[in-house]
Amino acid sequence: MADMVTVRLKVNGVEHEGRCEPRKLLVDFIREDLGLTGTHVGCEHGICGACTILFNGEAARSCIMLAVQAEGAELATVEGLMRDGKLHPLQEAFREHHGLQCGFCTPGMLMTALDFLRTNPTPSEREIREGISAVLCRCTGYQGIVNAVRAAAPVLAAGR
Amino acid sequence: MKPPKFEYHAPTSLDEALDALGRYGGDAKVLAGGQSLMPLLNFRLARPAALVDLNRIASLAYIREQDGQVRLGAMTRQRTIEFSPLVAQRLPLLKEATRWVGHLPIRTRGTIGGSIAHADPSAEYPAVLAALEGEVVARGARGERVIRAADLFQTYLTTSLAPDEILTEVRLPAMPAGAGYALEEFSRRHGDFAIVGIAAVVVRAGQRCTMARLATAGAGPVPVRLRAAEEILETEGLGEAAIDAAARRATELVDPDADIHASADYRRHLAGVLTKRALTRAIGVARG
Repeated sequence: MADMVTVRLKVNGVEHEGRCEPRKLLVDFIREDLGLTGTHVGCEHGICGACTILFNGEAARSCIMLAVQAEGAELATVEGLMRDGKLHPLQEAFREHHGLQCGFCTPGMLMTALDFLRTNPTPSEREIREGISAVLCRCTGYQGIVNAVRAAAPVLAAGR
Repeated sequence: MKPPKFEYHAPTSLDEALDALGRYGGDAKVLAGGQSLMPLLNFRLARPAALVDLNRIASLAYIREQDGQVRLGAMTRQRTIEFSPLVAQRLPLLKEATRWVGHLPIRTRGTIGGSIAHADPSAEYPAVLAALEGEVVARGARGERVIRAADLFQTYLTTSLAPDEILTEVRLPAMPAGAGYALEEFSRRHGDFAIVGIAAVVVRAGQRCTMARLATAGAGPVPVRLRAAEEILETEGLGEAAIDAAARRATELVDPDADIHASADYRRHLAGVLTKRALTRAIGVARG
């Protein structure tokens, strides 16, 4: 395997190194090589949003990025949200407001909502709906997710 | 699915990138934000021998004003454009269009150069380039050339860029102060591909219109400038009758194809409806 490449990156504050083919998708690298299976693989073509992570602080779809492109990058995945055994306030809001049912879209929903609220700390309901339209959910009908993001907004803004 | 095998190059300068690209004689693809190319690779609709990734070339990401133009490096992310004060001030149409480009996590990666070079007929940036009479800079082994919007888009997903050229810069003339603008788009859900979109710019002097610009997305293989509809406004002014006449003219100027999303007739109908909406809103925000 002469065409293997080494990828060094930081995920949730922890340094990792792995070797893979250049064609390896970032989401597969995160799940298979780093063993972080909280990030989900849905459509594999950038539509469903389940694989959304934070790439250098910004929400991005890891199924339409190559692992080799993450060399030197800092990633955040759903596993990094808890602190000291406590749920992140956004996760807490999702639980409180029934922002999930089966949970498949949830990692992508959370990471998308984090970047959305970082750049729009006091969103209107319409803006929240537009923001989370980046991720498809087949269970909730979205109302619970909208409620959760709206409830989390002031908590996250206060913590900044 | 997963991408087929390819050789991967991540140059840190444009010269290195051109060198890598030139080695494959048209069998390599340039990877910008990857928000269209990566799905094509995952579906194996594209099987290039090599990818030349521009993401490590820092000098291709900038927004600056020069000679009455706003010049955007090809690798400027859509998210950067969305929040750029210079774009908000000089190119408010581009800012408004950006909100319609995919979704937040697409725009963090997607670039203006990639969107324009990809030339998806439903994309917003090509329509803005056409409406503002912008141009792009292409660099190849034989040097640099400037291509006007009207000469760039040839048909679906096809531009006049040569296989060994890289689009390096997008140049858009700064919009006149007080110009009205709007981008109206219809899609099944916000963030989906546009079925039809209309970009409009009007410069007004009272009820007179000194300049009108109308360009389409999704109403044919390439963005269409609706020059004959613009002329109606420039000769008849900005009253309701002129807007209606321009909208009717728009439906005659487009020649859309049918696909699984919409029939040709429906797209033609939308071109008229959205022209009216875009003009009405653009006139509403125009000063002068």
